Amino acid sequence: MTAKKKKPREYLRDGPDFTGAPLHEKLSETWRDGPGLIGWIKSVDHKSIGKRYLVTAMVFLALGGVLAALMRLQLSGAEQEIIGPDRYNQIFTMHGTTMMFLFAVPVMDAMAIYLVPLMLGTRNTAFPRLNAFSYWMYLAGGSLLWVAFVLNIGPDAGWFSYTPLSGPEYSLGKRIDVWAQMVTFTEVAALAVAVSLTATILKKRAPGMTLARMPIFVWSILVVSLMVIFSMPSVATASGMLLSDRLVGTQFYNSYEYGDSLLWQHLFWFFGHPEVYIIFLPAAGFVSEIVQAYTGRRTFGYTAIVLALCATGLLAFGLWVHHMFTTGLPRLGYAFYTAASMAVAIPAGIQIFCWIATIWTGRPRFMVPLLWVIGFIVTFVIGGLSGVMLASVPLDLQVHDTYFVVAHFHYVLIGGAVFPLLGAITYWFPKFAGRLMSERLGRIGFWLSFLSFHATFFPMHIVGLQGMPRRVYTYPAGMGWETFNLISSIGAVVFAASVALFAVNMLLSLRKGERAADNPWGAPGLEWATASPPAPYNFAHIPIVADNSPLWNEERPVAYGLRVEDREMIVTTAVEAWPDVREPSPEPTAWPLIAALATTVLFVASIFTPWALVIGAPPVAAALVAWFWPKRHHEGEPVIE
Amino acid sequence: MSSRSPASLLLLLLPVALGACDRETRDYRSRALQSTDRPAAFGGNAYHLAQGQRLYAWMNCAGCHAHGGGGMGPPLRDDEWRYGGRIDQLVATILDGRPNGMPAFRDKITEDQAWQLATYVRSMSARTRQDMLAGRADEPANVEPPVLDERKPVRRVTPGQDDATEE
Amino acid sequence: MKRAAPLLLVLCGAGCGGSQSVAGRDGVQGALIGGLFDVFLWTTAAVYLFVLAYLALALVRGRRHRRDRAGAQGEPAAQAERIWHIGLIAFAGATALILAGLTVATWLTDRALAEAGDAAPLEIEVIGHQWWWEVRYQDPVASRIVRTANELHLPAGRAAHITLKSTDVIHSLWIPNLAGKQDLIPGRIADLSLHPLRTGVFRAQCAEFCGLQHARMALDVTVETPAEFARWYDAQLVPPPAPTGGAALAGFALFQNRQCASCHAVAGTPASGMVAPDLSHVASRRTIAAGTLPTTRDNLMAWVADPQAVKPGNNMPKVPLTEAELAALGAYLETLK
Repeated sequence: MTAKKKKPREYLRDGPDFTGAPLHEKLSETWRDGPGLIGWIKSVDHKSIGKRYLVTAMVFLALGGVLAALMRLQLSGAEQEIIGPDRYNQIFTMHGTTMMFLFAVPVMDAMAIYLVPLMLGTRNTAFPRLNAFSYWMYLAGGSLLWVAFVLNIGPDAGWFSYTPLSGPEYSLGKRIDVWAQMVTFTEVAALAVAVSLTATILKKRAPGMTLARMPIFVWSILVVSLMVIFSMPSVATASGMLLSDRLVGTQFYNSYEYGDSLLWQHLFWFFGHPEVYIIFLPAAGFVSEIVQAYTGRRTFGYTAIVLALCATGLLAFGLWVHHMFTTGLPRLGYAFYTAASMAVAIPAGIQIFCWIATIWTGRPRFMVPLLWVIGFIVTFVIGGLSGVMLASVPLDLQVHDTYFVVAHFHYVLIGGAVFPLLGAITYWFPKFAGRLMSERLGRIGFWLSFLSFHATFFPMHIVGLQGMPRRVYTYPAGMGWETFNLISSIGAVVFAASVALFAVNMLLSLRKGERAADNPWGAPGLEWATASPPAPYNFAHIPIVADNSPLWNEERPVAYGLRVEDREMIVTTAVEAWPDVREPSPEPTAWPLIAALATTVLFVASIFTPWALVIGAPPVAAALVAWFWPKRHHEGEPVIE
Repeated sequence: MSSRSPASLLLLLLPVALGACDRETRDYRSRALQSTDRPAAFGGNAYHLAQGQRLYAWMNCAGCHAHGGGGMGPPLRDDEWRYGGRIDQLVATILDGRPNGMPAFRDKITEDQAWQLATYVRSMSARTRQDMLAGRADEPANVEPPVLDERKPVRRVTPGQDDATEE
Repeated sequence: MKRAAPLLLVLCGAGCGGSQSVAGRDGVQGALIGGLFDVFLWTTAAVYLFVLAYLALALVRGRRHRRDRAGAQGEPAAQAERIWHIGLIAFAGATALILAGLTVATWLTDRALAEAGDAAPLEIEVIGHQWWWEVRYQDPVASRIVRTANELHLPAGRAAHITLKSTDVIHSLWIPNLAGKQDLIPGRIADLSLHPLRTGVFRAQCAEFCGLQHARMALDVTVETPAEFARWYDAQLVPPPAPTGGAALAGFALFQNRQCASCHAVAGTPASGMVAPDLSHVASRRTIAAGTLPTTRDNLMAWVADPQAVKPGNNMPKVPLTEAELAALGAYLETLK
């Protein structure tokens, strides 16, 4: 083990003569996880991590949905006292925080972690242990928040927690500290995933998959990952500064000592606005993939859609002040943000045009995922148009912080992200689980969701225009708001039931669903070239790609030569995807979990005492050292054509 | 500048987790006033501490005591207490007044509010639980935040003795 | 279909005014914004109908394709695609043009709003507290400054300029019938211009989450003729009459000697607390507790008896009072017109 041989050993590699069942056996042995719980914990397989991310995110969706149902119950009538002000404030804060930080971004990360290596024709992500670490950090942050909520330390100042309300004087106790630290956890997790996916997308593509031949979903994830890297540090800094103000008496947000409470808003929304596009763009990626599979043609306007994704990603960073139109900043500056906020509708509109054109010129099969896409178009466009209204400063001055805004963002988030997500889960379920979801239950669920969604959220536009502000635990009788609130509440209950029905469909199909072939939809992407569910090694031979719909070609060329008894992946060049180097891939290990545990202790304890930073740092350092200790792997070898 | 010792970190975490409910209860129905153990009920509740901080400003305590540094009235941040530094003694001081210029606030604030003020005053000498103290207030800062203070013991002094030790 | 019904409701919502409604358009600023809203609503509705029609056609055409040809996958020939490329450019261009038009409309409205100020507006200062509104009418003559709480009276046809400040957290003053909202941010001074056109009774509400009782932080706005406004203003300058006998006198004594006077002020009496609403003319207001209860003797008594039951978490303590004391206070407060 220690002696280095002078001659390179002969390693067992895949090839035209080593293929089929014996290759499958060897590769499975090399790439599969260990047995039992320990094996599951030590896993660095992107499919396993993606699935646990997905399940955890769905659990948080359910929890957030229960909170929404409670809110709607309290608001179903005027002057009701089912839930008091303190509890209600905690509930709406937890609802927003759970949905935005613990569901929306992680679920997109989940799908990306699972699908991107498969779509790129490779065996794992670029940094598998970092993916594992990010999952544990996400789980820890979410658990911190919810355990705190149960213990009455849940945050209560809104999901964006404006200072000075969330500052040391007006938010007593540890509630906001818990919130701010949860933000740190989820930011670390999201950054880790973003870094891993960016490296994977740029360097681990199948040979021949130039950037212009990547699936559109992969493009959306690339753009989103770069957005995460640029925006998440802003909110981590902001929440760190808030923690510092609250715990050790700094003056960042204290206007009496030359700080500024508005600084919080700038820093938060610099993250917060890109955040919503981080949630939407992967959904747009889903739509492009689904539409292509169910119309039998490549999505129309590949170049236009990719440029639209990039343009959205860039523009998203120049819009954040539209959340601050009522704060009294200079009007000339506002005019710029109006124009920019309107402009961001153009790339979205281009994508909508292209998707509808694909359906028009294709041969659509109206299966459940395509139904979700149609529901998405009908709903998201309304949300986008109400967004255009909100982009206009004078209109925003009237409807900011009213239920009109609540309606808008639920239209774009549920219509624009959750509908495509449910369609995407249905579409890729055969790949995840090897079985098809029930088409009948899917249809019922879709129509129930679609109709109840509009019943819930459309009246909110009106009630906002009629004067009802946001974040109120009750409203007076006689304002004319009762009827629409009651309709929204009834719709909300039905909507919650429809999402539950979707979950039931997933669970039933896991047991009793029809078994799926490798490519049940006849789709063109590389992920459909694997088994359903994929073998631990994904592809027996690394595919070579000649265009952007590889499985619609007669030929399926492959590359040979990767090692079979060690974990090895191929690294290709960033733009043209020429094969470059063969590189080892990490074995399963528990160090990411241990590092995450140490970091969790560090972060949680630092809410209570600054000593935690001193005492908690060495274990984290030790865990990281053990994680990164150089393993006695083979060196990466250059590729020989 | 030192805060709590490292050893108490462990001791802090467990009771902190269990006592969270009480610390965080927004007790606007004054249940603490009906409690049989008022010092614990008020002293362990962040809501009452925050209300005390608000009342300290509203009732212009700073007019005599500044932000604890003292002026016409004695400092509240140190360890010298002429009439006792226990919370119930503080409440008596606030409600009934004291000789040498402390007015009686009995008919100016409710008993509940007096306990809240006393809780806040105790926090000025860092005698409140660490996890309840705020880093600072949203106002001009001319004193160090209590989180960074050493916990001060209570020394009972008589007015005469106090004068003698004054520099 | 299902889409028509909501649109009708929107139109109804937009057309039916209310006392706290964007549709009211009872002020210059509100009317300007309302006009812009109409432009946006019709434009976006038209765009939406276009997209729906496009989608519907696509579904129909696509279905027909499906029935017509089975066979090879892949997209139509490049020739057929060209028309779609042209369509894409046309669509993107049209979108950009429409958005540019809406942006220009926005800028024009913005400029009109900025120019809507008057040369000599009524100067008012509103200071936000958790969870009530302090209102001061400024006047160069100090004895003519009016200080009141939770109500705003404005003369119709005259511009008012409101200076906005906050003592604690961020609030937001929103009088939807008259104008857009503006945040009250501690450490900053903001401005809100109002120019009511019609008389009427309106309601404003805090529109930035400010804590436990954000939901019950409203403001009564009365727009009246200049003559009525002058009468109201003069009445505000006169301290309330001293009570002469009976329960009201007992209540007066209670007010001065008990906890009330340490936070509240009543003009012409020793009570001059500044941290709570000024009660000099509380009985002449439509509501108490920032729009929470209509002003009646029973409600005044219920509020004083247990403010935490009516508005849990607000900063007024529950003062222990006997039945007789409560009745006396109620009688006294009713005289503060």
